[in-house]
Amino acid sequence: MRTIRPVLGVLGVLGFMVTWEVVARTGVVDPKYVPPFTTTAARLVAELGEPKFWSAFGDTLLTWALGLAIATVAAIVLGAVVGLVPFLRRATHTTVEFLRPIPSVAIIPLAILLAGLSREAALVVVVYAPFWQVFIQVLYGIADVDTVAQDTARSFGLKRRQRLRHLVLPTALPYVITGFRLAASIALVLTITAELIIKNPGLGRQIDLYRSAPDVPGLYALVLVTGLLGLVVNLGTRYAERRLLHWHPSVRKEGVQ
Amino acid sequence: MMPAVRRSLVSVGLAVGVPILLVLAWALATQGTQNLYFPTPGKVFDAFTSTWLTGATMTKHVLPSLGRFAIGVVLSIVIGIVAGTAIGATPWLRSLLEPMLEFFRAIPPVALVPVIMLILGIDDSMKLAVIVSGSVWPVLLNTIEGVRAMDPVLTDTSRSYRIRGALAYRYFVLPAASPQIMAGVRLCLSIGLILMVISEMFAASSGLGYQILFFQRQYMIAEMWSGIVLLGIVGVAVAAIFQLVERRVLHWYHGSREVSRG
Amino acid sequence: MADKAPLLSVKELKKTYASATGPVEAIGSITFDVHAGELVCIVGPSGCGKTTLLKCLSGLLAPTSGSVRLDGAEVTAPPKKMAVVFQEYGRSLYPWLTVADNVALPLRAQGIGKAERTAAVERAVEEVGLGHAMHKYPWQLSGGMQQRVAIARAVAYQPEVLVMDEPFAAVDAQTRADLEDLVRRVWQDLGVTVLFVTHDIDESVYLGERVLMLTNSPTTIQEDLAIDLPAERDQLSTRALPRFTELRTHVYEQIQRAKRGELVR
Repeated sequence: MRTIRPVLGVLGVLGFMVTWEVVARTGVVDPKYVPPFTTTAARLVAELGEPKFWSAFGDTLLTWALGLAIATVAAIVLGAVVGLVPFLRRATHTTVEFLRPIPSVAIIPLAILLAGLSREAALVVVVYAPFWQVFIQVLYGIADVDTVAQDTARSFGLKRRQRLRHLVLPTALPYVITGFRLAASIALVLTITAELIIKNPGLGRQIDLYRSAPDVPGLYALVLVTGLLGLVVNLGTRYAERRLLHWHPSVRKEGVQ
Repeated sequence: MMPAVRRSLVSVGLAVGVPILLVLAWALATQGTQNLYFPTPGKVFDAFTSTWLTGATMTKHVLPSLGRFAIGVVLSIVIGIVAGTAIGATPWLRSLLEPMLEFFRAIPPVALVPVIMLILGIDDSMKLAVIVSGSVWPVLLNTIEGVRAMDPVLTDTSRSYRIRGALAYRYFVLPAASPQIMAGVRLCLSIGLILMVISEMFAASSGLGYQILFFQRQYMIAEMWSGIVLLGIVGVAVAAIFQLVERRVLHWYHGSREVSRG
Repeated sequence: MADKAPLLSVKELKKTYASATGPVEAIGSITFDVHAGELVCIVGPSGCGKTTLLKCLSGLLAPTSGSVRLDGAEVTAPPKKMAVVFQEYGRSLYPWLTVADNVALPLRAQGIGKAERTAAVERAVEEVGLGHAMHKYPWQLSGGMQQRVAIARAVAYQPEVLVMDEPFAAVDAQTRADLEDLVRRVWQDLGVTVLFVTHDIDESVYLGERVLMLTNSPTTIQEDLAIDLPAERDQLSTRALPRFTELRTHVYEQIQRAKRGELVR
């Protein structure tokens, strides 16, 4: 079974490509709407030779990275402050629980209003949802510090700084990294979303341009690119998480919270 | 005063106090200024009641949006669970499909909106398809993982007592995978809500998302804010309902985890 | 008894696992018979393939060669006439079902009607002394009580053969003594055939009417020993009998030999 698994996986991917090709070629669906896989793939290769594509690609990556970085740093700083001060944690609880579920796209109009059709407007959206993801994980992580361990540390006379360094940090770190991993994919989704609606430069805007052109193979090629990009982000952050936490006794899965 | 009573009074005070303070701060900051983008809470409140709490908007924009959201999410959950249990319980099928499913999940759901519009046009079915196309994946993949990770001892128990078919599905497979499934449903709900709004921001003439964007373009700022507040309320309500359902469905899971933590 | 056909008949059972370094022989060749109404303990050094043997017996695992027959019919899937109690009580009960529902589920699968089911569940749960905990969840009970629930479930299933895989390995000593007496009582009250797997030599002698000693893996049978202790057993007096000491010393020596790999017959 172990050797057969990757083979089956490759078969699955091939099967998908063949099905797509056949469905389009035999006219089960109108090739005007679904171009054959080979056409799309050829178009994808052609796109890769276009400077226009790479500049859109770069814009998307930049917006994503900026948004993710701002969200992560802000969430870690604020999360640490709120998490370490019990009074703040209790005082902000309801506010957080109200702000968190607001769908991030709801603030798109506000972002446009504040910053126009620009990268800054997109960043407002890209920062919002990932921020909460990391913020909550930081709170969970700090709350997870064993009270027994806390008391032990205190009775051994560890200073506040030492407690933070040796107790809180190692306990909270896996949570923060998990939060970061989830935030990375959410930020990418929102980057593309913002580009589609706010129309700031990037793959999302390019997709919208191809839609209205209409340039169907181009549209499909770019959707494939966003999927591959998402896959790279998912796999990359998952790999990084495993590498960073391989020493940790409890490499955590995101379970039910 | 009893210490317990005092403590709970303090927590209620903290829970309600900070949001009230925030609204007050907002009111103070906008008081007397003519800032176009940040109207006073009073104006937003007025806009909220006059825009959304009228029969016409309710039936034309709010309820259809919520209806599509509900149908789309229910479809996603049903498809995700049924397909997920089938795939999760069949090792070869899982190996065959897993890479493709990972890929589909990685596509930002909004990128599919233009594709779906192309195929389905811009009617209700397109909006439903957009919601399902994004929110089905967390349920599907979590169900697969939940079924795959079922305890082998429990599987042996079910086999040796010859618990099979519908009975095994209802009393063994579904509950065993339910913690994972519920985590997927939580994601499905928030993605679904986002896609409900997005599907209405594209080439639509009604719906919550359309209205908010419309107000922004018309510079009806208080109305736009009231729309954001409404979406916030919907998000909180959905999260609250989910929490209630999750507590009921997973009461055994939370209970046993508390016991094992001691 | 010898002229009657055996209830359970294991013939030249072999099990080999595929592994990265080539096939690993878990069970060499095992042959034995169990007659209806016997209480047989299977004891062997830890890691000797007891659980593998048990899974083959209960139809959860297909043997590489050889056969298991129950009532003359070859076992290829979990048979209806057999109930298994697993070692990991915490993982063999459905945590989302109450005690009563855990016991009732296998009966529902058999299509037993509601009234009859409720009566059978009540009887079985009372039998193991958990009448007060009917509507609790397994995780609200202690380890020993959870294993009682698993036993109640097996009893309510009314099997001809009750197979138990080191059921008391993970409970404390006092609970363990109580559970051992419970198994003896269930065996005497219901006339069920019991196959009890353990790594504890004292437990095998105290419980069994017969003890099968296994060798290290690849597992074979070291010795098949009849336990001639009185039928009424008691934790204090039985364990104090000179005969008990003789038997446990004998089994102990045999297991030590088995560990060293000496096959003495």
